[in-house]
Amino acid sequence: MPISASFLRQRETALAGIIILLIFLVGLRAPIFLTPSSFREVFSDTSILIILALGEMTVILTRGIDLSVASNLALTGMLTAMLSVAAPSLPGIVHLALAALMGLALGAINGLLVWRVGIPSIVVTLGTLSIYRGVIFPLRGGAWVNSNEMSPSFLGFPRFTLLGLDIFSWLAILIAIAIWFVLAHARFGRKLYAAGGNPRAAVYTGIDPAREQFVAFCISGALAGLCGYLWVSRYAVAYVETALGFELQVIAACVIGGISIAGGIGRVIGCVLGALFLGVVKNALPTIGVSPFWQMGISGVVIVIAVILNARGERREGRRILRPATA
Amino acid sequence: MQSSQQITIDRPAASRAGGIPDRLPQRPTDLLLRWEVLLLIFLALVVLINVQLSPFFFDPYNLSDATFNFTEKAIVALPMTLLIIAGDIDLSVASIIALASTAMGAAAVAGASTAVLLVLGPLVGLACGILNGWLVTAFSVPAIIVTIGTMSLYRGICYIALGDQAYKNYPDGFDFFGQGYVFWVFSFEFCLFIVLAVIFGVVLHRTSFGRRVYAIGNNPTAALFSGIDVQRYRLVLFALVGLFSGLASVLLTSRLGSTRPNIATAWELEIITMVVLGGVNINGGSGTVPGVFIAAFVMGFLTFGMGLLNIPGIVMTVLIGFLLILAIALPVVIRKLTSARRRSA
Repeated sequence: MPISASFLRQRETALAGIIILLIFLVGLRAPIFLTPSSFREVFSDTSILIILALGEMTVILTRGIDLSVASNLALTGMLTAMLSVAAPSLPGIVHLALAALMGLALGAINGLLVWRVGIPSIVVTLGTLSIYRGVIFPLRGGAWVNSNEMSPSFLGFPRFTLLGLDIFSWLAILIAIAIWFVLAHARFGRKLYAAGGNPRAAVYTGIDPAREQFVAFCISGALAGLCGYLWVSRYAVAYVETALGFELQVIAACVIGGISIAGGIGRVIGCVLGALFLGVVKNALPTIGVSPFWQMGISGVVIVIAVILNARGERREGRRILRPATA
Repeated sequence: MQSSQQITIDRPAASRAGGIPDRLPQRPTDLLLRWEVLLLIFLALVVLINVQLSPFFFDPYNLSDATFNFTEKAIVALPMTLLIIAGDIDLSVASIIALASTAMGAAAVAGASTAVLLVLGPLVGLACGILNGWLVTAFSVPAIIVTIGTMSLYRGICYIALGDQAYKNYPDGFDFFGQGYVFWVFSFEFCLFIVLAVIFGVVLHRTSFGRRVYAIGNNPTAALFSGIDVQRYRLVLFALVGLFSGLASVLLTSRLGSTRPNIATAWELEIITMVVLGGVNINGGSGTVPGVFIAAFVMGFLTFGMGLLNIPGIVMTVLIGFLLILAIALPVVIRKLTSARRRSA
């Protein structure tokens, strides 16, 4: 198969085409949507979803699912915000690193319960979804951390612009490249695909699928923690309901991007495009004067359609034993 | 998901060592029996601690009030038990409740009578359930992903219809189903739940339908080869879950007397927690209705007792989360310890 034909048939290409078409159609109604500053704003607004979806993707590749990302985000967001109140002089980059570490710890708890105790990941993260969010309440007795209590460095760091893009966007780009490199070119990434694609075969080749899943949960947790800081500093408030229910959008981004819930199938570019699709829809609705109340219904329809389309694609994949060298 | 892999990986070795297993390998019946007993003991403990801590707990009227906050969820948990045993899951139940409630609200505004609403709610639920089941079976995609999609879709329709508004013009007499009492302190909701629990218990444990549900959950391929129309059974189970979500919606809407698009938010998690706490294997194949029945009371009385002690709702969810993880971890750990002992002996 020539490269161009296989490129055109890939679902990532189709998805990118749909996103461009969508942007163009919205641009017809509201030309302001087609300006570079608008593109920058949409990308920056979607960057948190992109980062979370990348973490979720690593878990889904190993046949797991992480429902606790939004709760992890909310808890680490609250902790970093309280840290900013207690130590206003801390620079933003330290907050970022600490948030990632805290998230990593929470992700490792999920991973250990899955790996060492052997509880299904959906049950573990259903439990920690409640626990991580519930723990936020007693931390401050339910009180919010408001923007006037946060330090300027805490709020300012992610808004710092470099070459026209803010730190939110740069982080999303860098993390996407890093995850892509690891998944596509590092031995660890191949192990993740093997663990999810066929766990039994993975065992026979010396890979412990549950251990790979543990590492995936650590990655997902660390990225969720990182996003905890980004989210709280972006919206300048930390409270119990931060990002409530956002885990479903994260999983939706993965599903739209063609990450198979059955494990072992999915690419970083698809994941990023899936998140971008949701971000474009979210930002387009108010631009063309549609009530934001339509957003949930639209993403529901999109997920269902994506699921059906992906199901067809995967079935064909399964029958082909040897992939062409160009794929 | 993970443990299922481990089980499939361990299975060949286990059957080699012990010959051909004569029963289901996932959870021996003696452990299952113990699980309900453990739950009952735990329930007694919850009641005892509550009585010790609050003088207001052990009052028939108070206890009757306590049943209101879990019977609607428990009614959905019954068909969900069957669905999870068959190896599927439905995350869209809370959204179905919301959509059915929105439909009833719109109908009530248009002048529908109580009788019409009573039919409409479950009917909308049934339609949603059939759509879920059709998507899952016709395209053979995992139920968890389909129902995450329809979860957004169904609740999204509520937001499109209602926005930030609410329906509250329900006809006279509609309030009976969520607020009325059949006799003394026994509410209509509670009596309905008891009757339904008995019916579901009989269906699952005493009919061939129930045996087939277990068969499908344990091995869909083997079930298919033994003449069970697996896809049709799964469709029926999804339809049942939808139907009873619609019924729960009637009760909830009647109890609250109003419909907002965020009605019953996050109930799917509590309902699934109830089922899993009741000893149902999240990967399918095992579980009992009595277990889920007791688990409903455990969760209901636990949250009610904490409410009497002025513990905020969000802190209760921490405890429920711990309970869920512990409920699954304990049998796994016990199984690991006993098998380790057997190996060393």
